[in-house]
Amino acid sequence: MTQLIQELVNGVSLGSTYALLALGLAMVFSILGLINFAHGELVTIGGYTMWTLFNHGFPWPAVLVLTLAGTTLAAVAMERIAFRPLRGASIVTLLITSFAVSFFIQVALQIFVSAEPQGIGVPNWTDTVWHMGDVSLPAVKVVTFAVTIAAVVLLAVFLRRTLLGVAMRAAAEDFDAVRLMGVRANVVVVAAFAISGLLAGVAAVLFFTSAPGVDSGVGTPLVINAFIGVILGGLGNLYGAVLGGFVLGLATSLLDANLHGTYTQFSQAFALAIVVGILLLRPQGLVGRSEGLT
Amino acid sequence: MREDDRTKTLGARTGPRDLLEVQDLTARYGRVLAVRGVSLKVAEGEIVALLGANGAGKTTTLACIAGLHQSRTGQIRFDGQDVSRLSPERVLRRGISLTPEGRRLFSTLTVQENLLLGGAARGRRSRNDYDALLALFPILRERLHLPAALLSGGEQQQLAIARSLMSKPRLLLLDEPTLGLAPRLVRLVLDLIGRLREERGLSVLFVDQNVHQALELCDRAYIMRTGKIEAAGSPDELRRSREVQAAYMGVV
Repeated sequence: MTQLIQELVNGVSLGSTYALLALGLAMVFSILGLINFAHGELVTIGGYTMWTLFNHGFPWPAVLVLTLAGTTLAAVAMERIAFRPLRGASIVTLLITSFAVSFFIQVALQIFVSAEPQGIGVPNWTDTVWHMGDVSLPAVKVVTFAVTIAAVVLLAVFLRRTLLGVAMRAAAEDFDAVRLMGVRANVVVVAAFAISGLLAGVAAVLFFTSAPGVDSGVGTPLVINAFIGVILGGLGNLYGAVLGGFVLGLATSLLDANLHGTYTQFSQAFALAIVVGILLLRPQGLVGRSEGLT
Repeated sequence: MREDDRTKTLGARTGPRDLLEVQDLTARYGRVLAVRGVSLKVAEGEIVALLGANGAGKTTTLACIAGLHQSRTGQIRFDGQDVSRLSPERVLRRGISLTPEGRRLFSTLTVQENLLLGGAARGRRSRNDYDALLALFPILRERLHLPAALLSGGEQQQLAIARSLMSKPRLLLLDEPTLGLAPRLVRLVLDLIGRLREERGLSVLFVDQNVHQALELCDRAYIMRTGKIEAAGSPDELRRSREVQAAYMGVV
């Protein structure tokens, strides 16, 4: 029982990272029809930002704020430089462009920042472990989950209660009709990218607080898993993306802990098999596709 | 159309000022010319109908004026200023609002959210007109918190028009406002268009396939066929025109 709770905690924590990234992917996809594979590089950029700032002795709160600002700006810059010139292009063109952006950022980081993995000097108190009976709860994992839920709730409130949020939900349904309301297309698109960047920043801070270090390729497996989460939840459905991220995280974590011997190395493959199984039963995803941004 | 007809019609109005002037508009979808050299005018406070069969280019013409259809040439002037190159959001901010074909309501958003978006360009000022507007559409007031998808066809059409009005346009472009509505609701929508002109001085350019019904409402009409204006004039003139009778009105 203790063992199981431990595994669930790990799974939920891993799932939180996927969920935060899946949420950003789903957000941009709903509005632009773009599956942004360069989304993972936002996490990488967040990691390098933390590494640089900690190396220069910045205090923890400053690192947090600057990392979030960094990933948000990087996402907005990505839109402005790479995707805006292609507005209205086919989904395939956008997809390939996002791969190009992803490679470009990875190589640029290797050349200009570091070709070696770098350990991030996070403060020691992040290693705190809480105990509940026999279960030991690493504080980072609990905080990761809590922050993820808070982010989802805040995003939901933003989408319901602000005019920009309502415009974004409307744009997910019918982008041109929103422009007919006098809402500037770029405002909605930039907002979607900024939110996805902010969420990637949150994921980065949480992820690199417990990850051994950062290297230029760290974002790739993360974005692939987040994308699987998006598909699992139902493409274009925000809450589905969150749920899909958590389900994938839990499945991976439970398999990691319970597969023995040579099977361990196949935990990812088994997790994908579970995903395929779920999609066979529910091709529309767990929550289902959504016309709007819900 | 005969040039003297148009001069006479326009001249009969007291101090008409052209609000919208479209000159030699051409629009294409890929290699297909959907609109070929259309010129038309809407004066201040005038209700003008754009008639014709399916595929005549009516919807494309409205989409061009609203800035939605980018592949276009020709000149579109609104209130004396060139708006030919503007994006849809800028055209709206100049005072032209399109209620598009198929209404294009945001179906997962509530009635209220649809209306608030309609006034998005005006920010908080639109909240002041919100109540006055709901007085025109009492049924919407009862449905404010329902998703638009759950409204009946007539209610959706009213919402689409109300949403357009939230931006306080000077010119309303309506694409098939009565399509698919029961006769009683058709009457309601047509009366509403008339009232909007009387009470708000709104100018209206609307597209309709029902020639009889449109001619009862409008001050002037243009008849389009295969991307061109084929005839224009007052309802009386058009009803008398033999070719119009033969082509669009059956045996009268």
